[in-house]
Amino acid sequence: MLRFLLRRALWFAVTLWVVVTVSFFLMRGVRGGPFDGERALNPAIERNIAARYHLDWPLWKQYLQYVGPLNLDEHGPRFLGGDGSELLTGITTGDFGPSFKYRDFSVNDVIGQSLPISVSLGFIALAWALLLGLSSGIASALWRGSRTDVTLRLAATAGIALPNFTVAGFLVIGFVFLVPLLPVAGYGTWRHLVLPGFALGAPFAAYISRLTRTGMLEVLSHDYIRTAHAKGLPPRIVLLRHAIKGGLLPVISYLGPATAGILTGSLVIERIFAIPGTGSHFVNSALNRDYTLAMGVTILYTVLVYGLNTLVDLAYTLLDPRIELEQS
Amino acid sequence: MAFALLGLAGVLALGLAAGTRLAPADMTYNNGAEVSTLDPATVSGVPEGRVLKAIFEGLCVKDPRTLEPLPGVAEAWELSADRRTYTFHLRADARWSNGDPVTAQDFLFSWRRFLHPATAAEYAYQLWYVRGGEQYTLLDDALEYVDGEEGPLWFQELAPGRVRVGFAGPELEVLAGGRTLRVDARDGERVARGTALCRYPFGVDEQGVYLPCDATVLRVNPALSREVDEVLADPCGAQWLAELEVDPAALAELRAAGRLLPGARYRREVVEPHLLGLSAPDARTLVVALKAPTPYFLQIVAFYPLFPVNRRNLDEARERWPGDWELRWMRPENLVTNGPYRIEFRRVNDRIRLRKSETYWDAANVAFDSIDVLAVDHLGTSLNLYLTGALDWIDRPITNVIPRLMPREDFDPQPYLGSYFYRFNTTRPPFDDPRVRRALSLAVDRRAIVEKITKAGERAAWGLAPPGMGAYPTVETAHARSGDVAADLATDVAEARRLLAEAGFGPGGAEFPTFEILYNTDQTHKDIAEVVASEWKQHLGLNVKLLNQEWKVYLDSQKNKDYDVCRSAWIGDYADPNTFLDMWVTDGDNNRTGWSNARYDELIRQAAAESDEAARLAQFVEAEGLLLEELPILPLYYYSTRNLVNPRLGGFHANVLDEHFPKFWYWKSDAELARDRAALPPGTVLVDAPGPAAGKYAPAARTEDR
Repeated sequence: MLRFLLRRALWFAVTLWVVVTVSFFLMRGVRGGPFDGERALNPAIERNIAARYHLDWPLWKQYLQYVGPLNLDEHGPRFLGGDGSELLTGITTGDFGPSFKYRDFSVNDVIGQSLPISVSLGFIALAWALLLGLSSGIASALWRGSRTDVTLRLAATAGIALPNFTVAGFLVIGFVFLVPLLPVAGYGTWRHLVLPGFALGAPFAAYISRLTRTGMLEVLSHDYIRTAHAKGLPPRIVLLRHAIKGGLLPVISYLGPATAGILTGSLVIERIFAIPGTGSHFVNSALNRDYTLAMGVTILYTVLVYGLNTLVDLAYTLLDPRIELEQS
Repeated sequence: MAFALLGLAGVLALGLAAGTRLAPADMTYNNGAEVSTLDPATVSGVPEGRVLKAIFEGLCVKDPRTLEPLPGVAEAWELSADRRTYTFHLRADARWSNGDPVTAQDFLFSWRRFLHPATAAEYAYQLWYVRGGEQYTLLDDALEYVDGEEGPLWFQELAPGRVRVGFAGPELEVLAGGRTLRVDARDGERVARGTALCRYPFGVDEQGVYLPCDATVLRVNPALSREVDEVLADPCGAQWLAELEVDPAALAELRAAGRLLPGARYRREVVEPHLLGLSAPDARTLVVALKAPTPYFLQIVAFYPLFPVNRRNLDEARERWPGDWELRWMRPENLVTNGPYRIEFRRVNDRIRLRKSETYWDAANVAFDSIDVLAVDHLGTSLNLYLTGALDWIDRPITNVIPRLMPREDFDPQPYLGSYFYRFNTTRPPFDDPRVRRALSLAVDRRAIVEKITKAGERAAWGLAPPGMGAYPTVETAHARSGDVAADLATDVAEARRLLAEAGFGPGGAEFPTFEILYNTDQTHKDIAEVVASEWKQHLGLNVKLLNQEWKVYLDSQKNKDYDVCRSAWIGDYADPNTFLDMWVTDGDNNRTGWSNARYDELIRQAAAESDEAARLAQFVEAEGLLLEELPILPLYYYSTRNLVNPRLGGFHANVLDEHFPKFWYWKSDAELARDRAALPPGTVLVDAPGPAAGKYAPAARTEDR
């Protein structure tokens, strides 16, 4: 177990370094800069801005400054602030720098403000997804071939096929304009999170439903289930105590990427429902050429995906002792 | 297990969500985007401007209807007889939110900071109307200046022993006005200390630029202009004088003796007191000396980059948080402001909660206790929020619904100082031929665009500067204008074909090359480009492709002139033709077409220095005439505003700059609302006007006078 975690940590460092390096140079390779606007700047003013953000340095030096930990700026933070005494800087010190677009905030501030919102939205979405997905999947598997099964499978297919913004559109028409129950968008109270949570969770619910059904069907045909039935256990106990453990394995392995996906892939939903989460920064920071924020959210995504996948691998061993960590 | 997780998730999520609950504000509007910063000196966008106008106040504010300057922090001002010096008298009761009085020194500090290169202000050129302002911004701290009688000179050590010298611009300011330089230095020449490198006339005499040490002239700047005025335009940059070989020891000696001042010190000790046209004789008087009479200077004074910041606030922040004071200073709990509202709460991409400032001098006339400024960028969501009553004002409904909004009382598009046009890349054949550009311009039916695509009452444009700028007339490019739309189009198309044939294209001539219309990703731009392309195909038989690029890439293409024809627009900063015309001078930063016309440059330069208003406007008319004769651009339409506003919102007026001022907003009483509705044209569809009961938020002072 410890060896597994250590090895994971090592690979994590390597992965992160590759991601940081590749995205840093990719980002800088794209045409257009963070301070380009409809109105061209006077070249002298442009030089002042570039100097302030070190954009006039050679790329390798900007990269070293970004990664840190040594501060390469001989003047210290060159302008009105700072006395040049800062020796350490860069992401290795945990400082993701100032956002180029939201100039009153550091990248740490932006993520610190938006991540909890995305997380709460994500949890609601995941809760919806699990509630709907698991119950419909189990029901489908139990009453396989019945009308219920067909209906649920149809709904699941629709859920996978429909993009979440379409679902969002239907929800808004239904629950805001036809039956005025919930606010149309915005953030502030729990009521603001119901529709976006549902819309965000819908495709995941559908997928979980299908995975649960397949997993359950496979497990239900196993000998130990027949044995359990033969022992005279009530079907409820067989299902909840014996079948579910194995039947949910595919769902568990899906939960890792699904959680990362929900937490960060909510950009369309966040935009439609005007939720100030992290999702919108994934696209907008790249469009704005907000170099530091784009890097920050990329690193965040890497950490999330890597961390959640590790958790899933750990969860596997708890659910199925046959799986050994060393092989994974 | 999964269900346990589920329960936990729910509790956690609701807990998180509940932690950030805010009571609804008195008034809420959508700003359309997150503001990039609230530091007045470094912003340059409309959303930022709207918030800044609520939290800061400049010397003047604008009348919400006419945009004429009204007293702000300055209660009165005078203009000198030569119209170059403004004296502002500050009111005694203007206060910062920390209780400090707002003084002339605050403005001095803030405006110097705004001009200072370290602030990196995008809009710094807005204060270059002030004498010495431009030089102040352009000074490079790496330059060193000679302190002495020998002459105004800067040094920059390129390598040990190798220095570049140039004029210390501001010193030469007094010389401006058509004088010429005589350069004495020759390449390779050895010059002794005290020798003049060049001479220029000074009164009846001649003045020289002398070296403070021995040197060898490596080379005289081949690009150096002999016109003092041109040298002054960039004295510390491209217009350097010569490169010299100097004994490093001699230079070190000069430095040790304090004869070489570092740039920053020079800026502080020489440029500022003597040459920057700003002074504060006492705490309540600010004197501003301008380079040239600038009729729209008061509009600039009311413009948000010129709002003051509190020096004590900045200094304290700098001391407390040396590493990240710029971020800390801007936090709602730290920021000191002087406007009708202050920032209470701020969350990125969500909202800014404004709270009425009790220290504001005119607080008795500020109606709302709180205003929420939302940053919803999705147009559909913004419209939905407005339609469900969650917003009181949005400035951009989706274009599709505009025909349905037109009859409503809350939608009243009005002329707006903005112009939509195409740029031609005049460095690329065949667009280098004015006949081709004229032909392409004539063969576009602008009416189709404004009636079928934009739909909100935009006006077809044959010129660049939109109507609505005082006495400035609408200048148009030549086209048929009999009034019969179909006949006019036919005449124009016939003329276009003739011009193309004359340029050597069409039947009997060369085939017109296939070219591209470049636009940034957006449905309206795409629709317009399709119409234009199809008309060029239909009327002139040209093959046109559409090329769409993401915003920043599109800007880059435009900047590098990597396009054939490209979609563009310009919104006026102030109501004066200068804002639409000064950009087209040769190599202007915003020209981007490669077009150049010496007479045009001359006219714009004259207009900038002209003190007679009628003559100035005449110069602009002639300049725009030239622009529209050669057509490096293809005008398409003049903008309309698209505000959708709760009819109960009072103090909100349409104006040509689409500027709105929270200071004047209030809720109309039922009686006032009924009165306004009675004045609406028949057929107007009334809508819900949600808001508090009778005049709750209209202060006593303004319930009756409206």
